Amino acid sequence: MTQTAVTPPSERAVRKATPGGARAPRRSGRRRIALPYLLLLPALLLELLVHLVPMLMGITMSFKELTQFYIRNWSEAPWSALDNYTVAIDFDAPVGQALLKSFFTTCLFTVLSVGLCWFLGTAAAIFLQENFRGRGFLRTLFLVPYALPVYAAVITWAFMFQRDNGLVNHVLHDQLGIGDSPAFWLIGDNSFWALLVVSVWKGWPFAFLTVMAGLQNIPRDMYEAAALDGAGVWKQIRHITLPSLRSVNQVLVLVLFLWTFNDFNTPFVLFGKAAPEAADLISLHIYQSSFQTWNFGTGSAMSVLLLLFLLVVTGVYLLLTTRGRKTSDV
Amino acid sequence: MSEHASRRAVVHRSPMAAPRSFLWTRRIFLTLLTAFVVLPVYVMVSSSLKPLEDVSGKFEWIPSGLTIRPYFDIWETVPLADYFVNSIVVAGAATVFSVAVAIFAAYAVSRYTFRGKRVFTVTVLSTQMFPGILFLLPLFLIYVNIGNATGIALFGSREGLILTYLTFSLPFSIWMLTGYFDSIPRELDEAAKVDGCGPISALFRVIVPAASPGIIAVAVYAFMTAWGEVLFASVMTNDTTRTLAVGLQGYATQNDVYWNQVMAASLVVSVPVVVGFLLLQRYLVAGLTAGAVK
Repeated sequence: MTQTAVTPPSERAVRKATPGGARAPRRSGRRRIALPYLLLLPALLLELLVHLVPMLMGITMSFKELTQFYIRNWSEAPWSALDNYTVAIDFDAPVGQALLKSFFTTCLFTVLSVGLCWFLGTAAAIFLQENFRGRGFLRTLFLVPYALPVYAAVITWAFMFQRDNGLVNHVLHDQLGIGDSPAFWLIGDNSFWALLVVSVWKGWPFAFLTVMAGLQNIPRDMYEAAALDGAGVWKQIRHITLPSLRSVNQVLVLVLFLWTFNDFNTPFVLFGKAAPEAADLISLHIYQSSFQTWNFGTGSAMSVLLLLFLLVVTGVYLLLTTRGRKTSDV
Repeated sequence: MSEHASRRAVVHRSPMAAPRSFLWTRRIFLTLLTAFVVLPVYVMVSSSLKPLEDVSGKFEWIPSGLTIRPYFDIWETVPLADYFVNSIVVAGAATVFSVAVAIFAAYAVSRYTFRGKRVFTVTVLSTQMFPGILFLLPLFLIYVNIGNATGIALFGSREGLILTYLTFSLPFSIWMLTGYFDSIPRELDEAAKVDGCGPISALFRVIVPAASPGIIAVAVYAFMTAWGEVLFASVMTNDTTRTLAVGLQGYATQNDVYWNQVMAASLVVSVPVVVGFLLLQRYLVAGLTAGAVK
């Protein structure tokens, strides 16, 4: 292993000193310019085919009256201007109302889930920073929820949340005596909390993994210097560990936010195709309303609105966190 | 590799003894967290060894009757072996292609300056935030149209799913590998070029071997992504190409759910990825350290 973490500052100078390599100094011109593009070509084509072109198509579809009659030849579907959007955001009508409710549910769910995932991940990483017996074992164990395939993990939780033969009601009702009769967890209002528990269980190890990686970049002498100055462990965590994690957290929270807000798999496997209203996350909501009514135009319009929302939030977030970092680091 | 291991071992906090309050908080927190993490795993393992009557009645912490029948029944109730093969082929192929494509792209981004570099990286990364639902239907239409025009069946076939999945892990893979390649001193590949290597052979002789932990990490990530995907698998597969993600739902019939078999099957489909991941997780941490956390 000949690898070091330091990038040489003079990288450009080095490259300029040996133009084109020694073997073919004449070949430099066009081929050298073309080479990076050739290397990128496969990635670019795949991204175009699977992400960018479909996205542009999706945006186009959102302006069309795309019902089941036009699925086979969607390009012939009549244009409908902004009709799909007016339907989606008419909050007095049932469609818009349901969308707005699903949006607020998703917002609350995301805030709680991301907050808890971040907290558990950070706390666990900090507590496992120092060596003690069993540390390696716990670190491996904590990654198990992340490693399990989503459907296997979520289906197990679905079993645990069963009303009559699940573990949750056995503990809460039979053993602790809470409530008069066993509660329903996968239908009704409780389903929100069931979904949250599953989402946190599945999501926090990613925060743990990322923060753990971030902790390795904090130089040890900082702790030694603080210890010499008489700072205790709690103070060191507050004044060295947490501030040093700022840039890691900036990316981590954003990624968690986007994944949680777009999460489809967890509610889909937990509830089956029909999510209860209390846990009707936006991705599943759009999926259901598109495939139930076969009205893909409106479904696309909702997806575009969702994308716009995520873009705005991401933009504002990056602007705020980056600016905040610059001023507070002084 | 040894270097990563030693670097990690050096990270301790203070040489000072930690106060009681810290030790107790740590103990309580880690105990509760461990219970939370282990609970579903315990339910999965114990329920998979119970007879059907027992999983249909009240939950029991300690199974009263143990049986390994569910582990035989799972292959009969649904064609689990076929789903397994489909998942292995799809996830395996998606991983190989995704890693190969990501290596070339990351090499370009890390070692060359060219027009549009920033646009490329930002665009690729921002595809991560697309809601899958936005391009599910258009992609479906594209695949159907490609099939009609050229006869290449992408919809409903393994190839279509491979093509889709390999792009899912691509953005993160390129991002992480670029960080990894950046941490390899340029002098190494420049020296190889002076010795007569072209850019491509410098990549494979110098950079790829030096970045092997990062490449392993990316491969693990790509495999897990493909193995666990549900949304596209449930729309884009048919009876013969169905993967585990969809197939596992086959244990629930109209009248009854074979919960013991569901748990046994969940365990069986999880073991390959979980074992693989836990064996290779140190590369993922090392990869994240070099790539993502800068």
